[in-house]
Amino acid sequence: MTSAGNKSRALPWALVTPALAWTLLFFVLPFIAMGLSSLTAHEGGAFTLANYSQFFTDPSYWRAMVNSLEVTAIVTVISILLAYPFAWILAEMVPERWQRLALMLAVLPFWTSYVVRSYSWLLVLAQNGVINRALTGIGLIGEPLQLANTRFATVTGFVHFFVMLLTLTIFANLKQLSPSYRKAAADLGAGPVRTFLHVVLPLTLPGIMVGAFLTFVLCIGDYITPQILGGNNELVMPQLVMMQIGRRGDFPLASALSIILMAVVTIAYLACARWLKIERA
Amino acid sequence: MNITARTPLSTLKSHLSAACAAAALLLAAGGAQAADLNALIWCDHSDPALLQPFEEANNVKVNVKEFEGTGAGLAIVDQSQPGDWDVMVIDSIDVPRGVEKGLFEPLPEDKLPFADLFPEVTMDTSTVVNGKRYGITEKFGYNTIGFNKTKVDPADMQSLASLTSDKYKGKVAIYDYYLPVIGMAALAIGKKTADLTEADLPALKAELLKMKANAKLVGEVTASQTALATGEVDILVGGGEWVTAGLAKENPALDFSIPKEGAVLWSQSLAMFKDSKNKDMALKFIQYILSPEGQARLATSSCYWGMPSNKKAALSDEQKKILRFDEQPGFLARAQAYPAPNADLDKKMQDMWTEMLQAQ
Repeated sequence: MTSAGNKSRALPWALVTPALAWTLLFFVLPFIAMGLSSLTAHEGGAFTLANYSQFFTDPSYWRAMVNSLEVTAIVTVISILLAYPFAWILAEMVPERWQRLALMLAVLPFWTSYVVRSYSWLLVLAQNGVINRALTGIGLIGEPLQLANTRFATVTGFVHFFVMLLTLTIFANLKQLSPSYRKAAADLGAGPVRTFLHVVLPLTLPGIMVGAFLTFVLCIGDYITPQILGGNNELVMPQLVMMQIGRRGDFPLASALSIILMAVVTIAYLACARWLKIERA
Repeated sequence: MNITARTPLSTLKSHLSAACAAAALLLAAGGAQAADLNALIWCDHSDPALLQPFEEANNVKVNVKEFEGTGAGLAIVDQSQPGDWDVMVIDSIDVPRGVEKGLFEPLPEDKLPFADLFPEVTMDTSTVVNGKRYGITEKFGYNTIGFNKTKVDPADMQSLASLTSDKYKGKVAIYDYYLPVIGMAALAIGKKTADLTEADLPALKAELLKMKANAKLVGEVTASQTALATGEVDILVGGGEWVTAGLAKENPALDFSIPKEGAVLWSQSLAMFKDSKNKDMALKFIQYILSPEGQARLATSSCYWGMPSNKKAALSDEQKKILRFDEQPGFLARAQAYPAPNADLDKKMQDMWTEMLQAQ
């Protein structure tokens, strides 16, 4: 074997080594530590499966997962329904020279602190907030509505953030779509609705699903928004994880709950990857 | 509690945890020098108005790391090297947890102003272990009823029964910390917080569920404070001077009561680490915090106000009025300590709290 051959084989490894080392140090090792931790008792450190059995046998723990999945599903669906027309308008109806500015305006919410944004929503939705004042002011309601500290508030805070994310992924997909597809459909006699349903929508599904998957992952793992806007009137999984750490420092149970949450995310990824062949996109 | 038992699994886990924490530790302790003082603190100690006079007087930099909850604080210590930290703020009832782990250094009582402290808050049952003092109470207050006196009848706030009455349905927030609120539930059903056992859990749960049914939200410090300040709710279960005093100037309508059934006394202590490399400076810091000047600054910290444990705290008359300084003897006489459950009961109490949160 020549030294030139050795070098050419060593180069790719040299290039990926930093990324591998990073992943090993900051993902694989912590994950193994978390997995081992989840199999130990809080007191004494003996091997146990009790941390996992608690999740499956305690209804209030199981309920947290149901709440997480419900909130995430609602947020993902609403965000797609709002983001798609928004991205469509940006890609198809806004002149090319204004699109950059329009996109920048669309992602403005990303520029503010996540925590500050959540507290701002709390003030908007509060009993004396902008919405209730406006509705009572114009006489639509007599008494302020309970908007803050509800699941509605949590979903609102999430949707505000994730509509922007989905708009970006769908917009990118729409811009990549060649106008030839629509012309060909029109030549074959398809109207605008049929062209959209049978040509454009299927071709932009990868953009939708990439955005939806990111929304799912970020939403189901988020602690801040439900904590601030939900008023703790129902717990989601990240809140349950944090509860174990606070005073008791029960890292084994927190680890087990995190592993279960990660398993759900993995299942969601596998589902997306299989159906939409993201790996080949 | 067996905290020293080791298994191969826990040893491996421990080593991995230490490796994973290394980077975080480097960041946390980054820039620290031999003359620095490294303090694990609650947010009230990060106020520059508190730290700056000490730093200037002693030519030292105080590096602080905030944490919430004893579990989180002890986890930081677990993942640190011995000697990384010099002092720690800790719930007084949790001082024995640090002592059991072998973390703390006995404090020299003769060099600290014990004679000047409110005697009711020295919490000797927790801060003294095997005849040695490991913690000194620096600040205290009450988990009781915080309320807006323009929205509720102050006379109603003299009874814990009001918290579950229909009159205030939907007007109540609950502070999201299970121990003090469970303590308040105990007082409401006529139990002493120090005597709670597993047999009391069903009655406590029933009381908590009644509170939840009346509540609009269960919030941590900022959320519950915001809810009371913005008028989202009129009553905060578990509130006290730590919520209302800091907002007194902006919202003088906020007040707190010590109801006839009593209130739950919270108390935070300072402890020194056994492995501190700077014990002289650590002691100076504790002495400063317990001094009249340090006590006044800590009591009125921008993060939250609370009663100074030193009766000689250099507070202005206005600050004393806001903290209701002169009423303390009466308040303390009716206050009971935080519930201090063993590990097993603590777990059951937290699970009960989770059930309450999930209840619709």
